[in-house]
Amino acid sequence: MKKCLVYGFGNPGRQDDGLGIMLVERWEMWAKTFGIRHMDFDYNYQLNIEDADLIRNYEKVVFVDATVAEIDDIMLEKVVPTEKTEFTMHAMHPGFILHLCQSLYAKSPETMLLSIKGYEFEFGEAVTEKALKNLEIGLHLAFEILSVTNISDIRCCLSD
Amino acid sequence: MGQKLTIEPVTRVEGHGKVTIHLDDENNVIQSRLHIVEFRGFERFVQGRPYWEAPVLVQRLCGICPVSHHLAAAKALDAIVGVGPDGLTPTGEKMRRLMHYGQMFQSHALHFFHLVSPDLLFGINANPEKRNVIEVAREFKNLAVQGVMMRKFGQEIIRATAGKKIHGTGAIPGGINKNLTLEERDYFVMGKDPMNIDKMIEWSKEALALFKGYHKDNKEFVDGFAAFPSNHLSLVRADGALDLYHGNLRAVDHKGNKILHDVDYRNYLDYIGEEVKSWSYMKFPFLKNLGAKEGWYRVGPLARLNTCDFIPTPLAQREFEEYKSYTKGKPNNMSMHMHWARLIETLHAAEVMRDLLNDSDLQGNDLVAKGNKCNEGVGLIEAPRGTLFHHYQIDNNDLIKMCNLIVSTTHNNEPMNRAVNQVADTMISGQKSIKEGMLNAVEVAIRAYDPCLSCATHAMGKMPLEIDLFDNEGQLLDRKTK
Repeated sequence: MKKCLVYGFGNPGRQDDGLGIMLVERWEMWAKTFGIRHMDFDYNYQLNIEDADLIRNYEKVVFVDATVAEIDDIMLEKVVPTEKTEFTMHAMHPGFILHLCQSLYAKSPETMLLSIKGYEFEFGEAVTEKALKNLEIGLHLAFEILSVTNISDIRCCLSD
Repeated sequence: MGQKLTIEPVTRVEGHGKVTIHLDDENNVIQSRLHIVEFRGFERFVQGRPYWEAPVLVQRLCGICPVSHHLAAAKALDAIVGVGPDGLTPTGEKMRRLMHYGQMFQSHALHFFHLVSPDLLFGINANPEKRNVIEVAREFKNLAVQGVMMRKFGQEIIRATAGKKIHGTGAIPGGINKNLTLEERDYFVMGKDPMNIDKMIEWSKEALALFKGYHKDNKEFVDGFAAFPSNHLSLVRADGALDLYHGNLRAVDHKGNKILHDVDYRNYLDYIGEEVKSWSYMKFPFLKNLGAKEGWYRVGPLARLNTCDFIPTPLAQREFEEYKSYTKGKPNNMSMHMHWARLIETLHAAEVMRDLLNDSDLQGNDLVAKGNKCNEGVGLIEAPRGTLFHHYQIDNNDLIKMCNLIVSTTHNNEPMNRAVNQVADTMISGQKSIKEGMLNAVEVAIRAYDPCLSCATHAMGKMPLEIDLFDNEGQLLDRKTK
């Protein structure tokens, strides 16, 4: 079975911005507990250009990030490659990484972004209570994905 | 009707900045300013925390240069645990140096390939849709791959020395918490192409050749763009060599006269003051012996190659000699030569990494030195963007009660403002219309300093580049977004 990469990013020193990494750390812990071998886990403060080299080795990639977008709690969406560069590398989008991967390596893993709604992004390590509830919803989804044994079925699970 | 032109955010620099350019009725620039929101809030964030947490906590200042803050804090805490700046074990100091030069290597590579190369390869007047790394990847694929892999190599060095990509715990007060295993060493020394140190040195030389070729074809622009005299400040080793991890503070003026004579950085408050201006959150540091008006200075690659006497690795030293001969041994005051200096440092960092990787001290087990604790420590390091100060005081319960940070970008506040002003004046004054290329020229001047603005949090899709045009009464005349 080819592997799936779960990749969280954000700054745990900026309150709810740490949601992506928190979720992936929990997800990784479960995977170890259940002996799941078809998933790899990684996290960083932010995406960067070398992530194009990382994701080319996977069939599927799930990025996990906090968001300030107008959503209720979580949102899972397919990532489409984009040439659009943000004004700073501190805001690099998964679609940009995917596009760079295609341009440099002619590889195009099926890529999704799991966004978790956050509310406060000031200096501080405590995630807000509202954001923690969204994290729990995200964890339920993560657990569903974890239970899928055939990686090609992940997409179906995610679409439910 | 006078106009106020705002470029916000500045593109392809780290973080969030805004440039305002005030024009009179004839479109002459009457004033320009770079505004930056700085880190000051972070200094309160660490107050009340146990001192040993600082090297981990401060990494959250920035996603691009966490290692610099990690090591500057660790150096300050070395003093607090009584080890002092020169008391680390050989393994402790060399592991930290490897981490630091890995950081320098990846940061410089990222800046050159991702942020600067689009301007050099396509021209600063090219269509803005073309001036990005995706287009570089499309038209100069090998170059783009080199940039990605050089950045990755540096990141892997950091992972091997700091323990992990985020919340690295490698440097601890008094030393380091791991050595480099033989397997880790072999990965970097004998790794399959391109992930080995010899390839990194080869690519560093190629990047230098690329810049020098560009310079040869565009001398007037590279030499004249945002060029102005200034003082320069950095660490230098006791023998005058370039040293990015440790040394004394030296400053020279624009003619090369020493104006700060290799002083102990722990006494930085005796030598450096910070001026406050009403229109900026960021302070303006200056050398106290010259005063605020005359004592401002540059830091970073350009400054470092102006203050040091030589580079202690052979390939970089050869490049340094060629670089110095261009200005007949005098300080280089040309902002665009910052890229040249940065690439020489990139090559130097690769050479230092190679030498360290082949040093058996990295496999030593004596990791931490011990001493008599005190309640205050100052750490200084040459971060990729310039001199970085960390200063802590602790109370009797080992909790941090005072933290003072002077980050590289703060030192460059006045020089960046001068660069913006000069470029705005020469390229925008008197023009009948403001073209995007002119605005990009202002950004090119800022980008040369590789500023790392207050950042760390992100809001994807919420930060386009906006250009606002105001009349002299503050009414919005026009807004453009790219």
